[in-house]
Amino acid sequence: MYKYDSYDQQMVDARVDEFRDQVERRLAGKLTEDQFKPLRLMNGLYLQLHAYMLRVAVPYGTLSGAQMHILADIADKYDRGYGHFTTRQNIQYNWIKLEDAPDLMADLAAVEMHAIQTSGNCIRNISSDHFAGAAADELVDPRPYAELLRQWSSFHPEFMYLPRKFKIAVIASDTDRAAMRLHDIGIQIVEQNGELGAAFYVGGGMGRTPMIAPRIRDFVPLDQLVTYSEACLRVYNRHGRRDNKYKARIKILVHEMGAEEYTRQVEEEFAHLLDEGIEPPLAELERIKTYFEDPAFEAGAKSIDRSDPDFALWVERNTVRHKHDSYVSAVISLKPVGGIPGDATSAQMHLMADLAAQYSFDECRVMHTQNIVLPHVKIADLHTLWTALHEAGLGEPNLDQVGDIIACPGLDYCSLANARSIPISQQISERFAANGKGDTLGELKLKISGCINACGHHHAGHIGILGVDKKGVENYQLLLGGSEAEDASLAKITGPGFNEAGIVDAVETTADVYLREREDGERFLDTYRRIGMAPFKEALYG
Amino acid sequence: MVDSHSNPLGSSPDEVQFRFRDDDPVDHAQVTVDAFLEQSNSSAVRLEPGDDTQALIPHLERIALVEVNFPSFGDGRGYSSARTLREAGYTGELRAVGDVLIDQLSNMRRCGFDSFAPEIRLDEADAQAAFDRWPQHYQAGADTRRTIAQLRHE
Ligand code: HEM
Ligand code: SF4
Repeated sequence: MYKYDSYDQQMVDARVDEFRDQVERRLAGKLTEDQFKPLRLMNGLYLQLHAYMLRVAVPYGTLSGAQMHILADIADKYDRGYGHFTTRQNIQYNWIKLEDAPDLMADLAAVEMHAIQTSGNCIRNISSDHFAGAAADELVDPRPYAELLRQWSSFHPEFMYLPRKFKIAVIASDTDRAAMRLHDIGIQIVEQNGELGAAFYVGGGMGRTPMIAPRIRDFVPLDQLVTYSEACLRVYNRHGRRDNKYKARIKILVHEMGAEEYTRQVEEEFAHLLDEGIEPPLAELERIKTYFEDPAFEAGAKSIDRSDPDFALWVERNTVRHKHDSYVSAVISLKPVGGIPGDATSAQMHLMADLAAQYSFDECRVMHTQNIVLPHVKIADLHTLWTALHEAGLGEPNLDQVGDIIACPGLDYCSLANARSIPISQQISERFAANGKGDTLGELKLKISGCINACGHHHAGHIGILGVDKKGVENYQLLLGGSEAEDASLAKITGPGFNEAGIVDAVETTADVYLREREDGERFLDTYRRIGMAPFKEALYG
Repeated sequence: MVDSHSNPLGSSPDEVQFRFRDDDPVDHAQVTVDAFLEQSNSSAVRLEPGDDTQALIPHLERIALVEVNFPSFGDGRGYSSARTLREAGYTGELRAVGDVLIDQLSNMRRCGFDSFAPEIRLDEADAQAAFDRWPQHYQAGADTRRTIAQLRHE
């Protein structure tokens, strides 16, 4: 894992001091709320329905056990004993007091963490593949590149007041586990003629106008990564729309200007910036890479006794092939039947931290699906690990199943919401557990947003649910056929919306059509793509 | 609050609160980019957020003052304008005016601004603290300071 040196620590400490000073000036009336708002947002503080929410950055989703322990302590000390893992691999607390925030930041800084740029119109926390460094199919570990970009984007003097928020994801395998093409910039590390470089995709995003990013360059050499990124951002900062915040994301610029013209301007700026010498020396990337070397894997058992059916099911569903054949990556589901997707109590966080220390080289990962991964678990340790998880209610075997729902905070917390998301997800997971169908559906990604802003990725759900407001009543639209993966696609609305009870029935009806129509080995998404919307519409509205 | 209407197009030297240059400030009026491009004898220009900064590049040697207006501090186009000018070799005064506040000073400075004429005068001590806030920098800026990555590999 990356470790701060004295420079990184100084920067984060300076930020804590700066923020403390800003809060004092706000409380003393020297800053108006309008002046203070972007400053607190850049420190992750968001005003919600009931209180301040604080979003803590988990760079590329990687956490040490010690850091996870602190996240648990923070939940107890400053919040109500729980936290919420988010779709951008961060964690959020829902009940923070402004006066406490500077002390909280100082606690984070003590374990090399922060909340810098987790909100606001700036470059946000860089996300990545949650199986980075473990996946059998990756070209290289993408995280050193994400760390290089983390440093470049942190406190960037030119890009703190962009037209709108800016999200970057970095992956390094053809399988996309980070929704890369739904980011403002998606980067895939690729190999060309024996050299590593980066393919750039620019102008993806969700929100009210979802777009899949086009590739604007096949190959940026590794020693020009920062320079190319800077060129992409500068053209956006110069020309991105500022007259309408709904049209301010880079996806709109790329769309309105045309990918070709945007690319031409980026290339022109890039050629100019190459002469400016803004790229960190390549030795810096090499330095960063040393922190991401493989831990000391040991050869061991390659299989394990699966006579206990509950354990067997968990192994089958929640463990993923590792590049070392004596290990797997194990997913800890934060989606118990009827639970709040992504929530974890402080006790659960402490337990996950201990298990990471015992079984996974002290490392865990936050997934964009709001679960936690122990990336490097010995196959021989799986039963002991599962037993501990199972006893703590963390052993739900539902990775990528219908119960593994992504849901935004919705009307329970969010001031922009039209409808509740959490209770819908609870009812759906309960329904499919009770009727037994959940176990027969295989991979089915269900994603729920409480409004058009799409924090719950509903556009990218195999099944998506969108909360809308219909004459003051909560109403839900159903969408089918989205994917955030390498086969990215945007989901389409089935037709008229449903009320709260109706949407749960509609999801079951949709699942029934799939069960009836599927052919060998087809996932829900495959069947939908083969048969199209009509049979689903017929069943839903016919 | 400074209230000088003698110079409607731009700030006057009296309104400059912080200046990091030794030369004498230009004391004639700034003109708009359009006017500048037509009226070749002016040496002071005022850039608004939507203006094309790059249009000034062929004329830099005859410019002594570029004033970049921030009508609202949340509009960050002026930061890119500043860097574009500095990278093109502009060495004259680069003045940030308008909604210029404490918490933006250090980044403006790093982007190449060397004078500041905030619409509302800033608290001197708070401003000094802001200019001095950051011990180091990850990014290359318009100044000659070495980046953290360069320092690591010296
Ligand atoms: C509760 C307070 C929240 C508010 C007010 C909020 C607000 C917003 C808004 C306004 C957008 C649309 C931005 C745009 O299209 O330009 C957005 C997008 C998004 N938010 Fe949130 N959000 C909140 C919580 C969350 C949470 C908890 C998560 C993670 C679970 C999240 C993840 C996202 C994601 C992934 C997007 C889509 C990004 C994209 O458009 O590319 N948000 N949010
Ligand atoms: S999707 Fe809408 S309701 Fe849900 S968290 Fe985002 S802004 Fe709030």
